[in-house]
Amino acid sequence: MRYLLVEDNESLAQAVSDRLSLAGHVVDHAPTLEQARHFMAIAGYDLILLDIMLPDGDGRNFLEAHRKQAGATPVIVLTARSEVSDRVGVLDLGADDYVTKPFDFAELEARCRAVLRRRGGGARNQRVLGDIAFDPLAGTLQIADRVIHLRNRELRLLEVFIAAPNQIFSKAKLVDRLFSYDADVSENAIEVYVARLRRHLAGSHVRIVTVRGLGYRLGTQ
Amino acid sequence: MTRAGPGTGSIRGRLMVLLLGGSAILALALFWVVQGFARQLAEESQDNILSASVTSILDAARIENGALVLDLPYSAFSMLANLHDDAVYYAIRADDTFLTGYDDLAAVPLPRADMPGFATRSFLDQDVRVVTAERALGPGGGQDSAPIRLSATLAQTRSGQEITLTRISRAAAAVGLGVFAGAAVLALAASRSAIAPLERLTLSVTRRGPQDLRPVTAPVPLEMVPLVAALNRFIGRLRGSLARSEDFIAEAAHRVRTPLATVRMQAEVTLQRVEREENRKSVREMIRAIDESSRAAGQLLDHAMVTFRADQLEETDLDLGAVTRDLTDRLRPTADLRDIALQARADDPVPIRGDAILVQNALRNVLDNAIKYAPEGSAVRITVTRQGEEGVVMLRDTGPGFPPDGMTRLRRRFQRGANVDGIVGSGLGLTIADEVMRAHGGTLDLRNNPDGGGACVSLRFPMA
Repeated sequence: MRYLLVEDNESLAQAVSDRLSLAGHVVDHAPTLEQARHFMAIAGYDLILLDIMLPDGDGRNFLEAHRKQAGATPVIVLTARSEVSDRVGVLDLGADDYVTKPFDFAELEARCRAVLRRRGGGARNQRVLGDIAFDPLAGTLQIADRVIHLRNRELRLLEVFIAAPNQIFSKAKLVDRLFSYDADVSENAIEVYVARLRRHLAGSHVRIVTVRGLGYRLGTQ
Repeated sequence: MTRAGPGTGSIRGRLMVLLLGGSAILALALFWVVQGFARQLAEESQDNILSASVTSILDAARIENGALVLDLPYSAFSMLANLHDDAVYYAIRADDTFLTGYDDLAAVPLPRADMPGFATRSFLDQDVRVVTAERALGPGGGQDSAPIRLSATLAQTRSGQEITLTRISRAAAAVGLGVFAGAAVLALAASRSAIAPLERLTLSVTRRGPQDLRPVTAPVPLEMVPLVAALNRFIGRLRGSLARSEDFIAEAAHRVRTPLATVRMQAEVTLQRVEREENRKSVREMIRAIDESSRAAGQLLDHAMVTFRADQLEETDLDLGAVTRDLTDRLRPTADLRDIALQARADDPVPIRGDAILVQNALRNVLDNAIKYAPEGSAVRITVTRQGEEGVVMLRDTGPGFPPDGMTRLRRRFQRGANVDGIVGSGLGLTIADEVMRAHGGTLDLRNNPDGGGACVSLRFPMA
C-alpha cells in the first residue's frame, strides 16, 4: 500500500512512517499542504493521512478541495482538536475517518485497515508467501482452496510475521504489537495466538518456527 | 431560561388608560357645555316671548275718562301658546293693588324701572318662569293725581322647555358618546402602533436560534435606536466572549495533544529498540502515563465544551438508531483490537431532538467504557428501543460491572470505580454523559446486569 502522510511535526511523522514501513507499506511524507499537492500530482496513493493544522493552511481545505476534484483516495484525518469543539466535523467534509492525537499506533493501523476494506482494497493487497495468500484487509488466509477467516489478533500477528519473513521477533515485541499498553499482559499470552496461527497454517508449507531463547520467525519449508 | 425583572405595568395599558380617560373627560365636558348652552338658549327664547307678551298686555292698558281700562289682548296669550300646552298664569296689579288674574302670583322685583324682571320659581307645584314688567299710565282721576303704576306678571310652565332640553341633551349625549367611541378606537390604534415596533423587536430577538448572535437590524423608531444599539453592543460582547472561549478550548486541546502525540510515538519507537526488560517496563509505564494525561486533558476540555454547549443546545431532529449505528461502526476498529464484538440492534427510527455532537459524545463515552472494561473476546450488546415516551440506548457488557456504591459516585467528576486498576481513564466519561443527558431532559441509568455480571448503561432520551 502506498500512503501519503501530511504532517508538519517531523518526529511524529518519522515515527508513523517507520511503523508503516515496518508493516510493508510505502510512505511519502509531506510536511506542508503545498508539498502534499505536489506529491498528489505525481503519484497515486491508496490512503492519505492528513493533519489539520499545517504551517501553510488548514488541512480541512485540502480535504474539501480533494473531494471537490472527485479524488477517490480515502482520507484519515489526524486531529489534535477535540471532536466536541469542532462545529463542522471532518467527517462532514468528506474524511473517511479520523484519529485523535495522541493515538495508539495499533488503532491507527486498525482504522487504516477498516477504511481500506470499506473502499475495497482489492487483490493488490494480497501478500503471497510460499503456498499461502494472506489478505490483511479482508482478514483471510488462503491455503490452496481453503479460505480461513482470522480473528483480529491472529491477523495482526500474521501481518507482523509476513512483512519480514525469517526475521526473529521476540515475545516482548510481539506483545507490544498485539496488546495495548494499558493492559498488563504477560509474554506468555503471545503463545496462545502463535498456537492458533500454527493450527491455521497446518497443511501449508509455511510455519512459525520457535527460536529458543529469542522468539519466533516465519519460515517456509 | 432566564427571567426578566419584575414587570412595571404595561405600556399599552398605561397608554389606553391615559387616552381613554382623557377622551371620557372631554366627552363629558362636551356634553355639559352643549346641555348648558341649550338650556341657556331655551331660557332666553322663553324670556323673549314672555317679555313680548307682558309688554303687549301693558300696551293694551289705557286711561279712559280717568279710569284704567285693560283688555287682555288675545295676541298676548297666543304668542305664548306652544306645542306643549304649557299653562300660563297672570296677575295684573296697579300700584300694588291686585286687579285681576292669580292673586298669589307674586311680582318679580325689577332690576330697573324700564326693564322686565325674570325669575324661575315654583307656582302651584309647577316649575314656572315668571316675568314682571311695569308701565306708568298718565294721570287717572284728576289732573293732580299721580300716574298709575301698572304692573303685569306673567308665568309660564316650563314643560315644553324641559322636553326640548331633554331632546338636546340626548343629542349631546349621543355626540359625546360618539366622540368617546371615536377616541377609543384612535387610542387603540395609537397604542398598537406605539407598541408594534417593540413587539417586532421582541419577536426578532426571541425567534433567534441559540447560535444566532448577529446584530439586530430590524427597523425601529428613533426613540428605540439607543436601546437597539445597546442591545447590539451587548450581543457583540457576548459573541466575542463565546468565540474566545470556544477558540480557547480548541486551541488548548491542540496545544496539549500535539506534543503528547509526539512523545507517545517516540516512546513506542523506543520500545521497539530497547531489549532489557526493566527498560521496556519503564517505557511502557511512560506510554501509559501519556495516555492517562492526554485522556484527562481531552476529557477535561470536552467537559468544558459540553458544559459550555449544554446552555445553548443546537438541537436538530436525530434518529437515535442511526446515531448509535454510526458511532458503533466508527468504534468497531478499536473494539476489534481487543477482539470485542459490538452487536448493535436498533428498532425502527427512534426520533429525538438533540444536539448531534453532544449526543454522540455521551454515547461515545459510555461505549468507550464498555470497550475498555469488557473482557477480551467478549461481546458488547447495544440496543436502541422505544420505551413508551422514551428513546433508550442500552449497552450491556460482561466486564466487572459497577461497584455497589458506584451508581451515583461515578457520575461525579474524577471518580472512578475501585475495580478498574490498570485501565486508563480520566473519571470524567460518565460525568460528561450524565451532563449531556440532563441537558437533553433525559437520564443516565447505571446498573449491573441482573443475569450474571457486567454493566448495563442506559441513556434515556425523551422522544421527539
